[in-house]
Amino acid sequence: MASKIDEQQVKHVASLAKLQFDDDQLGKFTTQLESIIDLFETIDKVDTTDVKPMTSATDQVNAMREDIAVNSNQREALLNNAPDTEEGYIKVPAIIDESGDGE
Amino acid sequence: MNFYDTDLTKLHDDLVNKKISSTELTKATYENIAADDDDVKAFLTLNKDGALKQAAEVDQQGIKADQLVAGIPLGVKDNIVTKDIKTTAASKILSNFTPIYDATVIEKLKAQNFINAGKLNLDEFAMGGSTENSAFQTTHNPWDLTRVPGGSSGGSAAAVAAGEVIAALGTDTGGSIRLPASYNGVVGMKPTYGRVSRWGIIAFGSSLDQVGWLTRSVKDNAQLTSLISGHDDRDLTSSTKEVPNFASQLNDDTNVKGLRIAVPKEYLGEGVDENVKEVIQAALKHYESLGAIIDEVSLPNTKYGVAAYYIISSSEASSNLQRFDGIRYGVRAKDVENLEDVYVRSRSEGFGDEVKRRIMLGTFSLSAGFYDAYFIKASQIRTLIRQDFEKVFEDHDLVMGPAGPTVAYKIGSNITDPKAMYMNDVLTVPVNMAGLPGMSIPAGFADNMPVGLQIIGKPFDEQTMYNAAYTFEQSTDFHKQTPKLGGQN
Repeated sequence: MASKIDEQQVKHVASLAKLQFDDDQLGKFTTQLESIIDLFETIDKVDTTDVKPMTSATDQVNAMREDIAVNSNQREALLNNAPDTEEGYIKVPAIIDESGDGE
Repeated sequence: MNFYDTDLTKLHDDLVNKKISSTELTKATYENIAADDDDVKAFLTLNKDGALKQAAEVDQQGIKADQLVAGIPLGVKDNIVTKDIKTTAASKILSNFTPIYDATVIEKLKAQNFINAGKLNLDEFAMGGSTENSAFQTTHNPWDLTRVPGGSSGGSAAAVAAGEVIAALGTDTGGSIRLPASYNGVVGMKPTYGRVSRWGIIAFGSSLDQVGWLTRSVKDNAQLTSLISGHDDRDLTSSTKEVPNFASQLNDDTNVKGLRIAVPKEYLGEGVDENVKEVIQAALKHYESLGAIIDEVSLPNTKYGVAAYYIISSSEASSNLQRFDGIRYGVRAKDVENLEDVYVRSRSEGFGDEVKRRIMLGTFSLSAGFYDAYFIKASQIRTLIRQDFEKVFEDHDLVMGPAGPTVAYKIGSNITDPKAMYMNDVLTVPVNMAGLPGMSIPAGFADNMPVGLQIIGKPFDEQTMYNAAYTFEQSTDFHKQTPKLGGQN
């Protein structure tokens, strides 16, 4: 099994998850995650040869509904929950970095 | 009005016969909440104006005999979306979020004209076992205000135990109904996966989450579970199986004669408090005296349950929580330069530490190079856990043991050690992994705190569980004990 998690790896996983930690937090989280991943690794010793993974507990199979368009007409209500809007659109800051540092 | 000496059927009859009005009942409910909740801190949002308006309407319309919960104030865990009532999941990132639709379970209750008393505290996004992970407040156990109420449905369990409402909705992903039910001496049922629609439940672990009730009596619980169950086109994992009227079988003839009860030795083994064991063993002896047959069995993969559960639930959570990005709803970080900043800063400022840990664990378990060793391996262990139960259920009707390894612990005593916190779930997570129904009922006291007996059933056999729970309840008086809060009793 893989080696334990270190600060470099925690930083990498945080970037995948769109999270960031300052230096103090990074140390704390690394220690805690390391201890939990130790616990995770206890399953390594279970023999699971030919055991199928279970990813759902439902007995239902996929069902199709009729393809009928509905107009719930909720644009305004939905936009009321958006942090920033303009003329019926959700507004976000620039996607392209405009700080001019050449990136 | 603390709901201690009544039940849903009696309240309903009194409302139908106009012995009391819904307005009177609703006012009395808020008076009681005002008296207790400064200490208990179960509610995050009170729906007082809305509730009184609803009550007046119900009083004007009159209450139909087939509307059990009409005019009766009930509590709702704050990860269940409620139209026009703030729904936060106890997270800063949703602190300003007001849903524009109702969860299916709320729709069903509204069709019955229930009164929504308000939204109840939980661990942020239902991740935790004590409500200490709430971004807003820690709920206190009404039996001892220095102790946790359990979690994540701690607000729901504490509100019922304190007599603030007669019943409250909770959710259970790895024990979040059963542990708080055990810690607060109330009845908590997590139905079979698929019994109740998850539409409108803020998703945590989608293959594990299920909605259920916390109540003071078994019969109330059975009635309410029937009300919210059934297939829903908006949740295709919800079952098309017929929903029984569970309560109709609970009467003077209900018994446990010949009932085959399996007791896994792992559920009374190492790590389970001796005083808790004693209470559970006495409860099992009681079942035996009532004619049940008790067998010791083994669920050998129990010891891998916590590790496999935290891999799977965290993986699902890391995926489900990607939607909280500060763009369409929820709190967006201030002074952000670009889009990447919006995501990273909104999430880093909006989520609490436990939620971040779960997202990190899940992202790690799903990431390239680790997926097979963690996520797939855990999913294979999930199969083994389910097979353990299937084998036992070949010649037993129910499985029983404690709901939690200890009674409610002191606030602050576990919060700095996430792994120790996770181990409290050892007896509850296997049920969610296998998709089975599980409940906790009041079974006695250890160190003056309530102890819950966990009852686990076959898929969609909640009826046998309710029958056994009802028989126990009718022949004991643990459920009649109430906390001394506010000197009400």
